[in-house]
Amino acid sequence: MDRSTQQFAIRVKNLTVGFGRRIILDRLSLDVRRGEIIGLVGASGGGKSVLMRTIIGLIPRRSGEIEVMGESISSAADHATQAVAGQWGVLFQYGALFSSLTARQNIQFPLREKLALSEELLDEIATAKLEMVGLSPEDGDKFPSELSGGMTKRVALARALALDPAIVFLDEPTSGLDPIAAGDFDTLIKTLQKTLGLTVFMVTHDLASLNIVCDRVAALADGKIVAIGPMRDLLRSEHPWVRAYFHGKRSLMLQPKAS
Amino acid sequence: MATAPQLTATATGDGLELRPSGSWIAANAGALETLSRAVAPQLARAKFLKLDLGGVSELDTLGAWLLEKLSRQMAADGRPAEVVGIAENHAGLIEAVRRVNRRNPPPPAPGNPVIARVEQIGRSAWSARDDIAVFLRMLGSLCVALLGIVRRPRALRLTSTVYQLYRVGWQAIPIILLITFLIGAIIAQQGIFHFRKFGADSYVVDMVGILVLRELGVLIVAIMVAGRSGSAYTAELGSMKMREEIDALSTMGLDPVSVLILPRVLALVVALPILTFIGSMAALYGGGLVAWFYGGMGPSIFIARLHEAVSVTHFQVGMIKAPFMALVIGIVACGEGLRVKGSAESLGKQTTTSVVKSIFLVIVLDGLFAVFFASIGM
Repeated sequence: MDRSTQQFAIRVKNLTVGFGRRIILDRLSLDVRRGEIIGLVGASGGGKSVLMRTIIGLIPRRSGEIEVMGESISSAADHATQAVAGQWGVLFQYGALFSSLTARQNIQFPLREKLALSEELLDEIATAKLEMVGLSPEDGDKFPSELSGGMTKRVALARALALDPAIVFLDEPTSGLDPIAAGDFDTLIKTLQKTLGLTVFMVTHDLASLNIVCDRVAALADGKIVAIGPMRDLLRSEHPWVRAYFHGKRSLMLQPKAS
Repeated sequence: MATAPQLTATATGDGLELRPSGSWIAANAGALETLSRAVAPQLARAKFLKLDLGGVSELDTLGAWLLEKLSRQMAADGRPAEVVGIAENHAGLIEAVRRVNRRNPPPPAPGNPVIARVEQIGRSAWSARDDIAVFLRMLGSLCVALLGIVRRPRALRLTSTVYQLYRVGWQAIPIILLITFLIGAIIAQQGIFHFRKFGADSYVVDMVGILVLRELGVLIVAIMVAGRSGSAYTAELGSMKMREEIDALSTMGLDPVSVLILPRVLALVVALPILTFIGSMAALYGGGLVAWFYGGMGPSIFIARLHEAVSVTHFQVGMIKAPFMALVIGIVACGEGLRVKGSAESLGKQTTTSVVKSIFLVIVLDGLFAVFFASIGM
């Protein structure tokens, strides 16, 4: 293992992704360091989720290279990719919980598949994860159709974190959560990152979360990363879209802290 | 990097000192569980516990929980437990794990399996009442929607109806033709084979004609349509229900019955008689071909015999049944679609139920019609 793979959890080089004639990502390059929380911002429909899904191998790419934990990624069906998949947890935008399993079984599913654990320990771990994401043990027996939007998100996070993966991909994790829950969520992510050395790749529009949790923020516009760096650098960025994003009315709360 | 986990136990007087070391992470889950089980007897005897985490190189939730469980076993009996040597980067996680699993979820109430079984049978019998209620309610709301159309014909969703007609009628023709053709041919072949033994092979035409026109044509077509279009209706409406599309329709002040269900049921009611006619003709054609090539009965003789054997009544009996069967299939399919709950599993279950129930009802209805037509002498 050379130094660069030690240092970077995800390396994306000259990635091009398009559907039909439309090019979504155009020779995009992005490096994510190990143990950092990176936030990805971009316009709606601008390719944030596409970038995330391409990195985890769900969307085929036109050209370019992707490395996750030093392994190159091809498609989700590929064996090497599936081996790397053991090292990441993904929180999908709408939860993507298995609807025929209860919340607890959803969380236990990756544990059961990858590890040999006793039923008792499986239950304890699942309950622990449920409580860590702010749910009660009783919620574990509910089916996904009986959960509210925020609860679904938390269960999905608990499932993504079930194996304490090295990298977590979060697709709009705090959307649809109340500010208290979103704040708890931020704290949780920060705690896990400190303890487990977790690398977090977060697609989000939540300015507060970007400001508080993210070590670096990457801005995606016109199919490229137009600005990347700590929040205060982005606030100073001259790119018109980035300026519009961080200096709009809703972003005023960021200003005093930044100056 | 990952090293094998260890748990060293040293007895100090009445107490016990545990020194976990190495990687206490999920990748070593099996070993970790064995380790923590192995110290359980010593732990039970100890008066106090000192847990020294100084040697732990890596820790995740699973490992932290197993260690927490050790100290919690002591605390449960009021024996003192002390945890020392927590690395700075592990403190947050250990703190988080310390807060969880304090309240055990209530154990599921133990039930008598016999009583549970009896209860299940009782419940499913009782739910038959719901089935009838769902069927009648759907029939009722269809009638209301239909009356609305009669009053205001422009309210009929013509585009939707025609599209459904295209799907359940026009697109079903090839498979209906094939199946009924084969059924007609098989009946004729069997008839000729067995009737020949007592020289009655010319009566095969009577059998094929009456059977196909009166019973089998409509029955086979209805079963095919229930499997092909009924299941599609249930799945479509069910996934619309799951994704709150039907709720969205109602909040816009539109009646899901007249927007979604009436066009579908109307299309079935129109399509099924047509398909029955086409299917019956295909079956007679198949029977005629077999009679010609296998039984040596030329087409002109077949047609002449058919002319004597069947009357318009037989044809009418078959055709009268068709729209009623379509109505039953449509109502069951749409009713089951609206009963889909949130999960993918329930969609599958309801689709199966829809097909099984509509085929069952089609056959029951056919029996009732047989009694009815017999008593009015048709």
